[in-house]
Amino acid sequence: MARRYDSSTTTFSPEGRLHQVEYAIEAINNAGTCVGILASDGIVMASERRITSGLLAPAKTSEKTYQLCGHASCNVAGLTADANILIDQARLRAGRYAYQYQEPIPIEQLVEYVCNYKQFYTQRGGLRPFGVAFLFAGYDEQYGFQLYQSDPSGNYSGWKATVIGANNQAGKSLLKTEYKTGEEKIPNIQEALMLAVKVLNKTMDGTTAAAAAEKMELYTMTRNETGECVHHILNQEEASKVIDAVEAEAASAGDS
Amino acid sequence: MADTVFGITYNGGVIIAADQSNGRSILTYQKNLDKIAKLTDYSMMGVSGANSDLVQFTQYVSKNINLYEISNEGTKLSTHAQANFARGELATAIRKGPYQVNVLIGGYDAGKQGAPGSVSLYYLDYFGALHKVKYGAQGYAQYFCASIFDREYKENLTEEEAIKILGKCILEMKTRFMLSQPNFIMKKVDKDGVSVLSFGEDPADT
Repeated sequence: MARRYDSSTTTFSPEGRLHQVEYAIEAINNAGTCVGILASDGIVMASERRITSGLLAPAKTSEKTYQLCGHASCNVAGLTADANILIDQARLRAGRYAYQYQEPIPIEQLVEYVCNYKQFYTQRGGLRPFGVAFLFAGYDEQYGFQLYQSDPSGNYSGWKATVIGANNQAGKSLLKTEYKTGEEKIPNIQEALMLAVKVLNKTMDGTTAAAAAEKMELYTMTRNETGECVHHILNQEEASKVIDAVEAEAASAGDS
Repeated sequence: MADTVFGITYNGGVIIAADQSNGRSILTYQKNLDKIAKLTDYSMMGVSGANSDLVQFTQYVSKNINLYEISNEGTKLSTHAQANFARGELATAIRKGPYQVNVLIGGYDAGKQGAPGSVSLYYLDYFGALHKVKYGAQGYAQYFCASIFDREYKENLTEEEAIKILGKCILEMKTRFMLSQPNFIMKKVDKDGVSVLSFGEDPADT
């Protein structure tokens, strides 16, 4: 009977559920994993690059990480084509806000705008929801560095550390034990990067680390002396360094 | 042009003064008008111009700023953002149906985590030219007050000194300006918000 309500996104099933929206959320649970971690001096996002074929030309720019404006970026889990539409909207909104007020848009407003756009597609007839979950990383004057996640239904929430995509449950439980929340213990960028790699290692079922640098996209956002946000995607060499450090730590912490 | 608005910043606050006359052509309608609108708890806008546009524009700007605060769960717009919003509206309007208003916007922005707050004053004309200034005047008052400000202004004025300078400007207007401007209203913004310092005739009386 559930089938009767599958094709329409905007009709509640007798159990009070929106199946298409739930399927979209479920689809993302199989997508490449993204980890976001709030650090004391910035934000780290790490994502899994899925290499589908050795013949495929590697992406010239980033595959998973997109800068939205000077002070915000996002990671994508799900359909990249759908995500591009939403990213366009987010960039447009950020630009318009800056034009109107000559000030950067507060992060939560930007996130809320994108999520309202997503929500619209779960209520309007004849449309399919966006098969995308995001991690948003951003900085604003009022609340400093912030990390948000969103799902296809249009829900969003703020996090200190979170995981979306495949095996996010396993990743979250690892973060729960490893992420320290006390004031002094909040990790710095380097520690957060290592933790993010650790989580990705776990969610990618501990695939061999030798190839890991190509399979991961590591991103950091920090602020320089003049207060501008610095967006950085780690290159192969830098990423390998972090991954090696995680390896070394794991080896010394001892499987003994 | 016929009405007078001027303002000055001092250490910890900003004061805007405006005449209270409302008239057109050769006729005076009232002498207790309040031309300094409160935009938020910590910002205000002194406006000179035709009374209709004056009311329309102030209401439009202040209501939109209030709408922003409501629809964004209490997020406040900085004085800088408010001034730029007003500028955008005037710059759009100049190519459609211009508002005949010249504006001074003053505001106080609380510092973060105990840091000292800052005050700012913006000069905005009906073409949409926006400038951050330490002191400024709109309308014919510019001709009378620029030299007074130039001579008297210094960094880190106290509130009393700032009021004194504005007093000299008002005196000059009353002595030299051909139009009758018997009453002036003066308001300040500081860490305690917007408050009325003085007025010639109570704006509440009709």
